[in-house]
Formats: sequence, C-alpha cells, structure tokens
Amino acid sequence: MEKTVNQRAWLLVIPVLILVAFSSIIPMMTVVNYSFQDSFGGNEFFWVGLEWYRELLHSERLWDAFGRQLLFSFIILLIEIPLGILVALSMPKKGFAASICLVLMSLPLLIPYNVVGTIWQVFGRADIGLLGRALSDLGISYNYSQNAFDAWATVIMMDVWHWTSLVALLSYAGLRSIPSAYYQAAKIDQAGRWSVFRHIELPKMRGVLMIAILLRFMDSFMIYTEPFVLTGGGPGNATTFLSIDLVKMALGQFDLGPAAAFSLMYFLVILLISYVFYTVMITADKNEANR
Amino acid sequence: MSDKPAKRKRRSGSRLSILVMIAYLAFLLVPIYWLVIMSFKSNAEILGMFTLFPENFTLDNYRTIFGDPSWYMGYVNSFIYVSLNTVISLLVALPAAYAFSRFRFFGDNHLFFWLLTNRMAPPAVFALPFFQLYSSVSLFDTHIAVALAHCLFNVPLAVWILEGFMRGVPREIDETAFIDGYGFTRFFTRIFIPMIAPGIGVTAFFCFMFSWVELLLSRTLTSVEAKPITAIMTRTVSASGLDWGVLAAAGVLTIIPGAIVIYFVRNHIAKGFALGRV
Amino acid sequence: MEWMAWTLPTALFFVTIALTLAGMSLLHLKYPGTPRTGILGIETMRGDRLFISLLGSGFINLAWIGLTDASQYGALVICGLFAFCVFRWV
Repeated sequence: MEKTVNQRAWLLVIPVLILVAFSSIIPMMTVVNYSFQDSFGGNEFFWVGLEWYRELLHSERLWDAFGRQLLFSFIILLIEIPLGILVALSMPKKGFAASICLVLMSLPLLIPYNVVGTIWQVFGRADIGLLGRALSDLGISYNYSQNAFDAWATVIMMDVWHWTSLVALLSYAGLRSIPSAYYQAAKIDQAGRWSVFRHIELPKMRGVLMIAILLRFMDSFMIYTEPFVLTGGGPGNATTFLSIDLVKMALGQFDLGPAAAFSLMYFLVILLISYVFYTVMITADKNEANR
Repeated sequence: MSDKPAKRKRRSGSRLSILVMIAYLAFLLVPIYWLVIMSFKSNAEILGMFTLFPENFTLDNYRTIFGDPSWYMGYVNSFIYVSLNTVISLLVALPAAYAFSRFRFFGDNHLFFWLLTNRMAPPAVFALPFFQLYSSVSLFDTHIAVALAHCLFNVPLAVWILEGFMRGVPREIDETAFIDGYGFTRFFTRIFIPMIAPGIGVTAFFCFMFSWVELLLSRTLTSVEAKPITAIMTRTVSASGLDWGVLAAAGVLTIIPGAIVIYFVRNHIAKGFALGRV
Repeated sequence: MEWMAWTLPTALFFVTIALTLAGMSLLHLKYPGTPRTGILGIETMRGDRLFISLLGSGFINLAWIGLTDASQYGALVICGLFAFCVFRWV
C-alpha cells in the first residue's frame, strides 16, 4: 500500500509534538543548562564549564556502573531471547489451553516494578522465603543482601521471571503468522524439527525478534526499580546500575550539575544505540520489501 | 511405513513442549503464590513458622489496608493518574497514528525516530528536570503532573500500536467515505474509530499497564496528595518496622487490576505486543 | 524560565541547533536531495547525515574531555572534520 504525500498530515501530528516537546525537549534543555553549572540550594547557579564532565569521565564510579550495566544487559539478552523462543515454540497453538497460557504468562508483565522487587525480596529471604529456605535446606549458602554473586543471580533471575514472557509473546505472534502451507510443505519434504525451525520459523520470527532484542536491551539498560527494591544497589555497589547511580546522585544528594552531566552522557549512549537499532530495522524492512 | 515413526516423533515432541510449558508456568507462578499466601498469614506465622499454606487463614492484612486512608488512597491516586494518562495518550495519539499510517510528509521518518527515542529514554534521566519543571508551574504533587510525565513514554507507544492497527484498514474505506461526502472529522469519529475499536482497546491496555507499573517518576513527582500505592509500598519497605503481611496484601491488590484487564484483551494481547513493539 | 538556569553559551548552542534544523528544512524544500547509500551501507538523506554528525560530535567531545586536558577547541576541529567526512562519504 503506497502512502500518498500530504503535508497537511502535519496538522494531525501537532498535538503529539506539543505534548512530547513539553515533556522531553524542555527537560533536556534544562539538563544541558545544569550540566555546565554548579548550584547552591537549587536556585543559584555558577558557570563551571566542563568541570562536571571532566570529573565524571575520570571517576571510577561512573565507569564501574557502566561496565556493570553492559554486563547485565548482555546476560539478560543471552538468557531471555533463547528461553523466550523455546517457550513460544512450546505454547499450545489454539483453544482454551492457549488462552490460559497467554493470560498466565502476561501476569508478571502487569505487576508494578516495585512489587516485582518485593516478591523476590520476600521469596529469596532465608527466614521467610520459599527460595531462600529451600536453598539453605539444601545446604547452599545463599544471601542476596550480603553476597555480591547471590545478589546478581537474584536480580538476573528476577528479570528473567519478569520479562521472558514478553519475548515469548512476541515470538508467539511471529509464529502465528506462518501459513500452515509452509509446515505441510516441510512435512512432505520430511524435514526434521531442527530444519523446520532453522529454515521456516526462525526467518519468519526475525522481525519480532529484532524488536524483542531492542526492547529487552533498552529496558534492561535503564533498569531501576526492581534492583532498587531488592538490593538497594548493594551489597556495596555490586548491583548499582546506571539508573540507580544517577537517581542517587540527582535526587538523593541533589547534585544538580554532576547529575545533569551524567544524564546527558547516559542519554547520548541511548541515542546511539536506538539509532543503530532503528537503522538496522528500517534497512532490513526495505530489503525484505525489495525481495 | 514412514508415517509411523514420524507420528511418534511428533508426539514425543509435543510431550516435551508440555513439559517446558508447565515448568515455565510453575517458575512464573510460584513466587506469586508465595506472595498471595503470605498476605493471608499473620506476621507471627510468617516469621515464626514455615508453612506452605496459611495455617491460620486471616484477612487482617486486607482489613488494615482498607481501614487506613493513607493506604487505600494510594490506590485511588494511582487509578486517577493512570486513567488520566490513558485518556490523554489516546486522544493525542489517534490523529497522529492516522497521519503516520496514511501519509508521507516532510520529516515523517525523523519524527517517528524522535518518538522512539522518548520511549527508550531512561526515566532516571528525566526525574530531576521533571521535578524542577512541575514544581515551577506549581503542579508538583498533583495527579495531572504524573499523568503528563507518563505521556513521555506512553504517547510514543500509543502511536506505534495504533499505527500498526490502522495500517491493517484498507485505504479504500477512507476514499469511499470521502466520496460519499463525509468530512474528515465525521469520517474519523463515526466510521474509522469504530473500525479499529479492538486496536484502541489494546492500546488503552498498554497505556494503563505501563503507567500502572511505573514507580520512579510517580514517586518523584508526588509527596502527599497524589502519592501512588507503589510509592507508599516502598516507603513501608524502607521503614524498618516491616509488616510483611500488609506489604504482601498491598502487593496482591496491585496485581488484581492487571489480572482483570488482561482477561478481557487475552485474544489480542500477542498481536498487540507484536504491533506495539512495546 | 528561571528554574531552567539559562546561560548565554547554552542558549547560543540551542539557537544554533534550531537555526541549523530550520536551514536544512528550507534547503530540503528548495532543493530536495536524493537518498544515497554510502560506506556504512545505509541509505541516508542530508538530514540523516546531519544527525550522524551531531551524534558523533557529542562522543568526540566527550572523548576529548576524557582523554586529554587540552583546549576543547581541538575537539571542535575534529568534529568539523568528522562532519565533513560524514557529508562526503556516508
């Protein structure tokens, strides 16, 4: 379906522009202004030039948080994407069972982020939680508030619990769009399960999987509430991801200048990643259409 | 001859599928189950003994919440700003999504990308400037402030989902209506909107959901009057006198609205996720 | 407006950006460019190239601050070169 060129379409977009400009451009401008100044009491400002940037770029705190963040997002993708595909392939195709699975799987997605944190906070405690109790009964020492490794394991497990369903639902939607003729053809060719997956299902899921990777990467890259409730960024700084560190700086210490410089650099990284993903997606779409 | 082993193979394959599915659902549901039964236990039972099922079934925790305005007003506040946000997002997103789905215009791709970046931007970046912005226009601690702040990610989301649904409606319908003498406004409200009603429903669901689950911005922008339930819960957590039973009950009550809406959109949800690129 | 803590340099920065955008739009309306595929293998218009230049300049400036103590004008020169390359070859 070719779209027609119509410049008056701009009129329809104006409300969105105004609203998003109000809640995105004005705050971004403010962040830029703050990042070059020092403030006293939040209303007196002094020009300090690039001081905050220099300080942050030479501080280990920022780089550590950045490294942790990258590692976390990478692990999340590594677990959730294959697991989500596996679950989607295992889902019942239709009928009552499919509805039940859909509803139950969506449930974690609808739980407020802080309640997700609370659920796992309770679940993992050795005194009152099922998981913590079971592990300690098995003789495994496990304490997510003392041991950095346990904290990481819990945060990752929590995120897998929370978001794998999203990947699964997206993949499921992709699988549903495959015409049954494809499967019949594969059957005639006596194709095995693996080659059906490799040559029919995976290519058809490519579009939704790309979206899934983008969303999971971005959302895990800005994760805040769940680890904040679960571990508070600890033990020590072990689970202090970028957003947790930033909020600590901005709202905890109310350091307007450094927090603004931090925000701006964070945003630049996000902008770069979004642009790369978006361009790859658009280019893939175009190639698909030309084929 | 070759038919039989193939059949057996498929059946064993489906048995494996069922196993994977059951294991996955169990993994999802056990933590929720733990929260639910905890909300029916007394604190003495939670801390004193380890039971898989509440020994002394009690509704006291829920009574505490429904008897204390500082608890239940949290739910009311959340509902107010979530509904406001859903309505605002839909109202501005509907025309924009129509424009993106039907026309090419100057800068459309760049505009779309710009909207995407707002969906991807970390709320933590915006928490501080939002706090300053809404304080300066004296909207701090109002429902509308939170509703507007959540538009940052919900409006782009609504535009994408709606655009996906609208692209599925053939253009001929628009053209026929215009030939029949319908003006744009009348066509849009009388014909087009009813046609994409399921899409609007799914969009509303996602706006509702993302506004409902968000904590950081809603906590930053409120203090007393509009404090949402999620913020009240984290406050309770950080205060050291932990009342686990009440906390669990409050958590269960935040899950219920989502569970109810999801039942209504269950048949569209997979499609919605795919279109919405949420 | 006071809470936004405007300063002359940042105001000039945003005015420059706004003027560049306006200029590019006018240029596009008068002489619509054609998309081309450059060394990155993606189709770009003038607007895309401007965006890549600006985004890249942000990172160049940050790298300059992080790696050297020299004057920031050095970074500006590199940004200019970078933008030239982007407009020429991407």
